[in-house]
Amino acid sequence: MAEPSTARTLTTEPRRTPPAPRSVGAYPLLAWTWMRAMAQYPVSLLLLTFGQAASTGLELTALFFVFGHAHQLAGFGINEALLIYGLAGVAFCLADFFMGSVERLGEHVRKGSFDTMLVRPVSPLVQLATDEFSPRRLGKVVPAVAALCYALAVLDIDWTPARILMLPVLIVSSIVICCCVWTLGASIQFFIADAREVANSVTYGGQAMTEYPLAIYGRSVVRTATFVVPLAFASWQPALFLLDRPDPTGLPEWLRYAAPGVALLMSLAATLAWRTGLRHYRSTGS
Amino acid sequence: MPDLPAAAAHPAPADPIVDVRGLGRSFTVSEGPFLRRTRRTVHAVADVGFTVPRGAIVGYLGPNGAGKSTTMKMLTGILSPSSGTVRVAGLEPARQRTRLAARIGVVFGQRTTLWWDLPLRDSLALTRHLYHVPATDHARRLAELTELLELGPFLRTPVRQLSLGQRMRGDLTAALLHDPELLVLDEPTIGLDVVSKSTIREFLLKLNAERGTTILLTTHDLGDVERLCRRVMVIDHGRLAFDGDIAALRDSAPAPRTLVVDLAAPTAPITVAGARCVAVEGPRQWLELDANPAAVIAAVAAEHEVADLTLREPDIEEVVADLYRRPAGERGRITA
Repeated sequence: MAEPSTARTLTTEPRRTPPAPRSVGAYPLLAWTWMRAMAQYPVSLLLLTFGQAASTGLELTALFFVFGHAHQLAGFGINEALLIYGLAGVAFCLADFFMGSVERLGEHVRKGSFDTMLVRPVSPLVQLATDEFSPRRLGKVVPAVAALCYALAVLDIDWTPARILMLPVLIVSSIVICCCVWTLGASIQFFIADAREVANSVTYGGQAMTEYPLAIYGRSVVRTATFVVPLAFASWQPALFLLDRPDPTGLPEWLRYAAPGVALLMSLAATLAWRTGLRHYRSTGS
Repeated sequence: MPDLPAAAAHPAPADPIVDVRGLGRSFTVSEGPFLRRTRRTVHAVADVGFTVPRGAIVGYLGPNGAGKSTTMKMLTGILSPSSGTVRVAGLEPARQRTRLAARIGVVFGQRTTLWWDLPLRDSLALTRHLYHVPATDHARRLAELTELLELGPFLRTPVRQLSLGQRMRGDLTAALLHDPELLVLDEPTIGLDVVSKSTIREFLLKLNAERGTTILLTTHDLGDVERLCRRVMVIDHGRLAFDGDIAALRDSAPAPRTLVVDLAAPTAPITVAGARCVAVEGPRQWLELDANPAAVIAAVAAEHEVADLTLREPDIEEVVADLYRRPAGERGRITA
């Protein structure tokens, strides 16, 4: 073989100590990279975005059908239901947009691609969350945002300064709580490889549940959704706060201010679960 | 390219880059149907200890399932060890995995770390940001690596369209752009053609000689071992069966030397003291030696009319295969 390689020599300057890894900045970078990769198939991207918007739009139609037959559910009318649907949709769809890919952990473990994430100086959670990051998931958010905006406009909400200030806090908290639920669901997959469906019953199942006024499910479900898997803070409690209504299931009123605290607790739980899972990671045979 | 002494320009400091002591990893395996499941513990790696000095090229050999990959995963922080200690570049891999990742390069021959749909150039640019390499350093190293690994023709091609050999060279580049102290290669030449293998081997030798990069590789390709490694470690059933240089490995194995005799005419199998006839093909006979070859050659020449003689050393492949075949009791640990 000809040896053109000998012509060139490698630099012999002293080796630099690498800077400490920073994972936060890697998120937008990796997300952008994946979006560019997705943009290689623009038609597919466009169709998928519309598809996602249409599928959530369908849930919205279901809501109208339900309220077409029963004008009130647990004391909530259609506009109030739209508020709850919108809050739940914004929280879950944005959490899905940012963190939804983590549910594919089991698949990456089986394929061995999780190993390659572990040898990069970036948190594997960030790499997993941005894996195949695609703007198409934003399609889901569109109907939810529309419903939320409509409900906020038509409902007779007493816009005190406290409500105006709390609304973004509650929305951000609800997104954080949902992101944590996704992460907890993924962490289970370190221990049970096929736990994706179990996790989905809480993630997608939780979304379907919290799109309706929780009171219709009865006291025990509301209590579970408040204290065990705190999805009540995604739509139910913020809605009660905005509408200034007492909790029909009799839970104390201060709970509607607890969302930021719950978000913090959930973040701690999710971090702990993820770290524990990572320590128990077994990799694959090869 | 001449074999340069390792890291001539970079005298090796006293502390080894890899320091492994009493390393073990066991897995709990569940078997059988639900409810009647039994659990047992498998020791994938048991009590492995070695050090790798800076600037070395070390081959890590072993049959499938011997514990090679498990060891490599513990060295890179992918797996936490069940027992023992590991230090790589002064860090504890499992606890300081991300910090370690910034200082080492890892290439898996079986899977790519590149982004499938992106052109190679973009994947490499992304690597620069993930490793926080200054733009000027990145540009210079990319130019060097592009020339040495001949990446030019396919830098703009999406990774999914690259051939295996091109992809491998791309992966190698991605693992080296941040100038790691240690390069860990898991079967780097698997499935490659002769030319690609040769390009990669010559490149690795150059990298080690000129940049002083320590290289630790697992492989099934004994050509890699013979060309690259001064030192080999053989792991079998989770234990180190051999650690030393290649010559010592050859000596340690009882694989016999073979004398190939071409006689003037076909005859019955030769019987002489110190040799055993293992094959006959027309006038050619193969004799396995267990005594001094000179005595056997003299004895054969005295009894038969010999046209030609060849003495064959066992090649490393046979030696390693022989090492694997030895029963566990006899195998023990040979250190040269």
